[in-house]
Amino acid sequence: MLRDDIIEYSLDAHHSEEVGRKMRRKIWLVTLFLAVVTTVEVALGAYWKEWMPDSWNLVKWTFVVLTLVKATYIVMSFMHLGDERRNIRAIILLPYALFILYLVFIAIFESNYVHQIWVRFL
Amino acid sequence: MAGDASKALSNDVLWGGGRSPFSISYGKMMMWFFLVSDALTFSGLLTAYGFVRHSTTEVWPIGEEVFRALPGLTGSYPLIYVALMTAILIFSSVTMVLAVEAGHRMDKKGVIKWLFLTVIGGAFFVGSQAWEWSHFIHGGGGYITTNAGEKFWVHNDTHDTHDPANAPGFHLVKADERHYLVPAEGAHHLDHDASLKLWNERANYVDGANMIHNEYGPPQYANFFFFITGFHGFHVFSGVVINLIVLIMVIQGVMHRRGHYEMVEKVGLYWHFVDLVWVFVFTFFYLL
Repeated sequence: MLRDDIIEYSLDAHHSEEVGRKMRRKIWLVTLFLAVVTTVEVALGAYWKEWMPDSWNLVKWTFVVLTLVKATYIVMSFMHLGDERRNIRAIILLPYALFILYLVFIAIFESNYVHQIWVRFL
Repeated sequence: MAGDASKALSNDVLWGGGRSPFSISYGKMMMWFFLVSDALTFSGLLTAYGFVRHSTTEVWPIGEEVFRALPGLTGSYPLIYVALMTAILIFSSVTMVLAVEAGHRMDKKGVIKWLFLTVIGGAFFVGSQAWEWSHFIHGGGGYITTNAGEKFWVHNDTHDTHDPANAPGFHLVKADERHYLVPAEGAHHLDHDASLKLWNERANYVDGANMIHNEYGPPQYANFFFFITGFHGFHVFSGVVINLIVLIMVIQGVMHRRGHYEMVEKVGLYWHFVDLVWVFVFTFFYLL
């Protein structure tokens, strides 16, 4: 059934062989990047403690940052969110980020408190 | 992906009615909304894990001490297996994005090739997770506690956990309370008679993992492992099934007759999301 009052946005999604070649090149570059980051993470997890036993907190934050970098590349490049309009990008990312930042903040804050209670009364 | 032409429209035209101000089809938008809600669920689970781990006063297991086995090999390979699983999933995410790209060129053969590889990768991941669950549940021999509260690792040559005392090579070694399977400082392997005496006077024998107790650490550790990786594994499993259905539709030429491969794009979004979640599980459950 074809209705002329509905715009088929899916039909916009076609591209030529030439554009496709560029996109595939980008896909493989992102892949290489993700593979390198994962390798670095595993190596850090396995060996950093032996190299520098006192800097485990720094490693943890390195892991968190690297994970966020990986997530950005997956969402923006593989899921093509970077190619969507700015308003849909904001609608998806902002409410989620707002809620999760609050949740993480409150979880860290409260778990510190609960930990102190356990230590004091256990 | 919105076409370039629609990006150049002014706000008056975009919001003037008669078209989507987001230049995105209904199906893709709803998939995104679903993914946001699913992301909130997974974030909630990982945050709960963080909360318990951060507030507990018990010794929490360390990822690279618990997960260091490879199928068919003895020895210690910390996190290598999990890294392999991550690599498999990222690779299948790559083949999926290549399938989407082929769909944009109406290249049916390309879509079939890449989507097929995606299904294979997904199936490999689910299989790997099954092995890891089995290994986690079976454990590395377990430990006993004595009435005095001392903890001893249980060893035997055949990894028998049903009747370890009668298995060949049975012996105990005093445990380092802070590290999984590590002997206490200066502790040596007890001989058979001393081991048997302690075994017969044991207060408790914990081996492997279940929902009540596990040999790795606090009960919540195994519970979170089962729930988070299980919930994710179920997502992977359903993703493989959905990919397979779409693959069959592509082979039958349904998408080609429709004039576009947007369905591949939509299941692609779901599949990338599953990969994305694993990136976070890998960091927050295994690495940290």
